[in-house]
Amino acid sequence: MKSEARVPIRSGADIVTARLEGRQLASQAGFNGSDLTVIATAISEVARNIVEYARKGEITLCIIQEGNKRGLRVEARDAGPGIPNIGLAMQDGYSTGRGLGLGLPGTRRLMDDFTIHSKVGEGTLVVATKWIR
Amino acid sequence: MRVPILKQGDYLIASIQSALSDQELLQLRDDLAEQAGRFRSRGIIIDVTVLDVMDSFACRTLRSIAHILRLRGAQTAIVGIQPEVAFAMVQLGLALGEVQTALDLEEGLALLSERTKRGGVSEK
Amino acid sequence: MEERKRTRISTPSSSAIAEASPESTVALLRELVAHLRENRTQLREEWVRRITESKLLTAMTREEIFAEATSVYDNYVAVLESGSVEALQAYARDLSERIIPRGVETHEVVGIVLLLRDVLARSLFKKYQSDFGLLNRVLDAYEPAANRIANTVAVSFVQERERIIRQQQEAIRELSTPVLQVRERLLILPIIGVIDPQRARQVTEQLLRGIRSNRAKVVVIDITGVPAVDSTVANHLVQTVDASRLMGATVIVTGLSSEIAQTLVTIGVDLSKMKTVGDLQGGIEEAERLLGYKVMMEQTADKPLS
Repeated sequence: MKSEARVPIRSGADIVTARLEGRQLASQAGFNGSDLTVIATAISEVARNIVEYARKGEITLCIIQEGNKRGLRVEARDAGPGIPNIGLAMQDGYSTGRGLGLGLPGTRRLMDDFTIHSKVGEGTLVVATKWIR
Repeated sequence: MRVPILKQGDYLIASIQSALSDQELLQLRDDLAEQAGRFRSRGIIIDVTVLDVMDSFACRTLRSIAHILRLRGAQTAIVGIQPEVAFAMVQLGLALGEVQTALDLEEGLALLSERTKRGGVSEK
Repeated sequence: MEERKRTRISTPSSSAIAEASPESTVALLRELVAHLRENRTQLREEWVRRITESKLLTAMTREEIFAEATSVYDNYVAVLESGSVEALQAYARDLSERIIPRGVETHEVVGIVLLLRDVLARSLFKKYQSDFGLLNRVLDAYEPAANRIANTVAVSFVQERERIIRQQQEAIRELSTPVLQVRERLLILPIIGVIDPQRARQVTEQLLRGIRSNRAKVVVIDITGVPAVDSTVANHLVQTVDASRLMGATVIVTGLSSEIAQTLVTIGVDLSKMKTVGDLQGGIEEAERLLGYKVMMEQTADKPLS
């Protein structure tokens, strides 16, 4: 039984793969049914961002342990155009694509910990973690 | 894998069987638009009982399906959103807007028959 | 000064041994794994004897202890061989799941694993006693691996226990937050007291599952018993209302005092999105109206209630 999974994201089909891997790992870690859906939804959003803006990237999922807390960490990484204004990007409804503009702020709401690093011309890294309550 | 669409009188019922790819969802949109026009359907039910995740793309597409179908004179009802999915959707901030929802197929048909009886297209 | 020169270097100090090359560690581990396999039967018996002597696993019969001891022993040796902790974690979780309901406690699990470590270590002493240098190198290879195993098993056991405790707490919480079905297709959720975010989440999940299993068309959420509402609670309430509507249920919020209504408006909650009624009774009547129940009270006003 593994505790980590890497999913290359190049197309819409990979979004589904990333979700399934996430669900499986989260289930293994011991998350309940509702959280499994929340995690899969968050993964879907960040994976979709990669497909839509960067064309390709990678999602890494891993079960982590901090003291007696167990959680799942989701890392969405790409070498795409980067986000010029993160503050704006984190506002509900703001979208430079055809999306609803909920992906990033929504993921932050769905998950417990959330950080985002982005540099124009270099790429973006989103790290989000959900802990078992 | 095309989503099967059943015709029941004035209604079309699309039952999603498994997690849909983006492509398949868009295909569903085109199929429903085509069939609603061909059969002059008055109501469309999209059964999402089996969907384990509703993300922003799926939400957006379902809303656009309802919009297109309304232009063809049909009302749409989404049925079968599961508890965990509904909960994740509201946390993410997704809303179906004016698209009607019902618990299941039975409720969905009851809802549509009530709405379409009033004659013409009405807001929720 | 050692006579036996089976190995290249023979150094007495353990710090130098700690720098032994990885290949020799691997080779040593292979050798001791072979030894542990060869002597499986007697070492396992020795271990079970010591378990019983120490009065551990008293909740289990001798046959059960022997059966579990066999698989723990084999897994132990397999992990020494492969170095892979994942398989061990999976096994430890599985074992914990089986023995926790039998009343086995943490100190027992830690105890038996340490006893196994000792039994095997002694067997290594016995085998390599004539070559002190080699014995040291063997122990250098064995000890970190053995300690990791003991640690992994203990931690997995504790985590499994914690998981079970959490599950039980969740079940208790569910029992104390009733979602009531008073009529067909109508659910009432009375919320009482201060709600922390975790409980709020749990209550919402329970309500949504209740909507599905009861096929509820109307939900009355009564917040008469909620003293204060901050933006977190308000958000939870709105989310609960929205999620219920996604499942096709209409929500009526009752018990909204004017202070709370004011707070909600200030926070930015769109009250027009939800139906609100002053009190629970009024809410239930409104719900029944929505469901098409006729209110019979007016017609029987003259007759005494039986």
